[in-house]
Amino acid sequence: MGIIRNIAASLVLLRQSSVKNNHKVIMSRRLHARRTDGVDKNVWVEFTQLAADYKAVNLGQGFPDFSPPQFIQEAFCKAINGGPQMHQYTRAFGHPPLVKSLAKFFSRIVVQDIDPLEDILVTVGAYQALFCAFQGLIDEGDEVIIIEPFFDCYQPMVVMAGGKAVYVPLRPREGSAILSSGDWVLSADELASKITPRTKAIVINTPNNPLGKVYKTEELQMIADLCIKHNLLCFSDEVYEWLTYDGAKHIKIASLPGMWERTVTVGSAGKTFSATGWKVGWAIGSGNIIKYMKTIHQNSVYHCATAAQEAVAHGFEREYELFGTPESYFQQLPTMLHHKRKKLASCLESVGLQPIMPEGGYFMVTDISSVKVDLNDLSTKDELYDFRFVKWLIKEKGLATIPVSAFYSPEHSKEFDKYIRFCFVKEDSTLDAAEAILRKWSQKE
Amino acid sequence: MSIARQVLNCSRFTCRSAHVTCRKTFTTSQHVMMSRHTHAKRIEGLDKNVWVAFTALAADPSVVNLGQGFPDIPPPSYVKEALAKAASVDRMNQYTRGFGHPSLVKALSQVYGKAYGRQIDPLKEILVTVGGYGSLFSAIQALVEEGDEVIIIEPFFDCYVPMVRMAGGKPVLIPLRLKSGKKTITSADWFLDPDELAGKFNSKTKAIIINTPNNPIGKFVPVFFLQVFTKDELQMIADLCIKHDTLCFSDEVYEWLVYRGHQHVKIATLPGMWDRTVTIGSAGKTFSVTGWKLGWSIGPEQLMKHLQTVMQNSLYTCPTPLQEAVAQGLLLNYELMDQPECYFTSLADELEGKRDRLADIVEEAGMTPVIPEGGYFMLVDVTALNQDLSHMDEDEAYDYKFVKWMIKEKKLAAIPVTAFVGEESTKDFEKYIRLCFIKQDSTLDAARSILKSWTKV
Repeated sequence: MGIIRNIAASLVLLRQSSVKNNHKVIMSRRLHARRTDGVDKNVWVEFTQLAADYKAVNLGQGFPDFSPPQFIQEAFCKAINGGPQMHQYTRAFGHPPLVKSLAKFFSRIVVQDIDPLEDILVTVGAYQALFCAFQGLIDEGDEVIIIEPFFDCYQPMVVMAGGKAVYVPLRPREGSAILSSGDWVLSADELASKITPRTKAIVINTPNNPLGKVYKTEELQMIADLCIKHNLLCFSDEVYEWLTYDGAKHIKIASLPGMWERTVTVGSAGKTFSATGWKVGWAIGSGNIIKYMKTIHQNSVYHCATAAQEAVAHGFEREYELFGTPESYFQQLPTMLHHKRKKLASCLESVGLQPIMPEGGYFMVTDISSVKVDLNDLSTKDELYDFRFVKWLIKEKGLATIPVSAFYSPEHSKEFDKYIRFCFVKEDSTLDAAEAILRKWSQKE
Repeated sequence: MSIARQVLNCSRFTCRSAHVTCRKTFTTSQHVMMSRHTHAKRIEGLDKNVWVAFTALAADPSVVNLGQGFPDIPPPSYVKEALAKAASVDRMNQYTRGFGHPSLVKALSQVYGKAYGRQIDPLKEILVTVGGYGSLFSAIQALVEEGDEVIIIEPFFDCYVPMVRMAGGKPVLIPLRLKSGKKTITSADWFLDPDELAGKFNSKTKAIIINTPNNPIGKFVPVFFLQVFTKDELQMIADLCIKHDTLCFSDEVYEWLVYRGHQHVKIATLPGMWDRTVTIGSAGKTFSVTGWKLGWSIGPEQLMKHLQTVMQNSLYTCPTPLQEAVAQGLLLNYELMDQPECYFTSLADELEGKRDRLADIVEEAGMTPVIPEGGYFMLVDVTALNQDLSHMDEDEAYDYKFVKWMIKEKKLAAIPVTAFVGEESTKDFEKYIRLCFIKQDSTLDAARSILKSWTKV
């Protein structure tokens, strides 16, 4: 057991004994299950609170501050008024109209016959799809390779499933200026060196949060080759699949030869239709793997809410017909965000910050190493530089972002503590407000 | 073969189930892959599920469905309106607070503060989950692990056993027993033997799960029994929890559906119990919107914080507009509490009428109903019909065979009660089926027609 887990466990015991002093003694033996050890901290809880406390212009947490498109809102309204069955239980593994429309839509993309009942599981957001994958497929002692920077939930989910996280970082390419997320690459040798006989799965996220990297075919092929060679599973988090810019193409690793039978692909209605609060997601994969996730689902939440699934089904029916045309939301949203991406990047550059242009997604990572500020807040002195910087930026300038080292493992976070993440899926007025803050700040220097 | 029995025996996973067809053709690479990629051990033997099987059978539109427990009556209109209104607000379509939407946890704190007679901290003592089901999952994952025993009263809502198993715990079953010699049976005639219960507690006992009103009996039993535990019975359970320092998970999703002459008592309000009890509620059952899948857990901070950790690492947050709508529904009814217009009261009144109607229908047909004191299920003893099922699968319990036969031959769906008991108790429950009566009068009338013509033959 790692040092960090030991410390975490000791802290838990310390906390338990202090709780005992304040309350009646409950459970002279251990109270909470070991699976919750060390997974109780969460970066979002801390920073969302801080942004709210200081009423900061919030480019931190990743959700739109504009509304979902009208057609999907109308579909939801229609479902709400659609008769009593819309408010009662539907099929546990996914509302029939939704799994049918997902199967139809994605079969065309991966050129694979996707069975709506066998190969799809609808979940409470992509988050729960990931949970089902880890719980259903990862056992005590299994190793899971996570490519850094990673969406923070992967690590605690691996831990809660009894697995061991093994990290491989994306690194800025040697030599040339780092201008784009495409300049952050995975070393094939480094990745191969992390595989052991205990490795069960690898987790990839493309487009990537926070960097925005969109993995190219050859990069995915390299990962696929290793998966096939070592008989690994692949969990592919593709929630931002429609958000690619400058001609970058989103490739599904499950569509590469030999990968369908070993890949779980995770998607999100929240990110697809700008309705994160609906919490509708899915996992698509070979029925042989999805069936294990269904067992977790049926013993954890069992059903997902009916009306929202009905609305998302209509959304995909519409997009199936309009796919590739200018009316498709899957064209309109990236076009709208392309403009916002440009706006944020120029604004950051104009004040001397160095953004890394994301090829996809709706986040932008910025190098802050050239910024000279006096971080004299004693309350944060033991934290990493980017954490301190972000807190200072919220408190002193009223601008909220997220520190990028939060997306790194403890072993690598110190190497990457000079970056912060901005979210640009925001109204232009929000981006303008951020710009005003940054201009004012740079003018003072 | 009972689901619970398979689960308890940790049977190996097989492809067979009522509706899933097994893909028999595997390529060589898939074979090799599958032998390497076995599922995680935690799901061993947990794949079967009575609902998956019977929902499919009852899905035929010509079948009168008194099986699965959901209303075919509409929810109150103000709840639907509140949802439509919430969905029209931009911010309500995006993420809200992970442990529960602020307006919902505040409303819950108000409503339950009154019910518990204590201040309930909306941020630290409440967790909003995906249905009562999600609360059970969070509580069990947070607080039960390998080496822990969990006492479960039979018949039990079927998910308790697989959830405890999945957490590595060991379910310890104790049946409700029927007082003998009575003609008209109510759920009050099913009781827990105090000595038998005391005998189940030991140093490994981590928790006891109770369900009141109970499903199915209508007492404290899950799905089958619709019984409301009396204060004395709850005190007996409470005394044992305190003596053995165990936790109590109290599934009270049917808490508002209590019929005349009975009272729902929250075990968490008994002395010494608040600090060791997690109480579970459900918007789906409260407002007749099972398809919204929203529920909640209420308990002391030292327990709730662990449930919150599970939530944060499993699905993080529940849907926003649904939570906002439930908050509005709760606030509206909070103002009306104890008045006849309050939905919590009016629904119970409406259902009492349906309960009595169904009991008459069942008796007319020569079967014996167990009149529930609460909830919306009724257990029915089918012994008197003497239905010959010898032509059916030998291996299944009588009630499984009976229900399958009844769906196919009579186009009436129910749920077999032995799906909710362990192997040892099968013989005591296999003559019972469970009927759900939160149905339109027309549905109940259709059931009457079927039963009338059945007994005439």
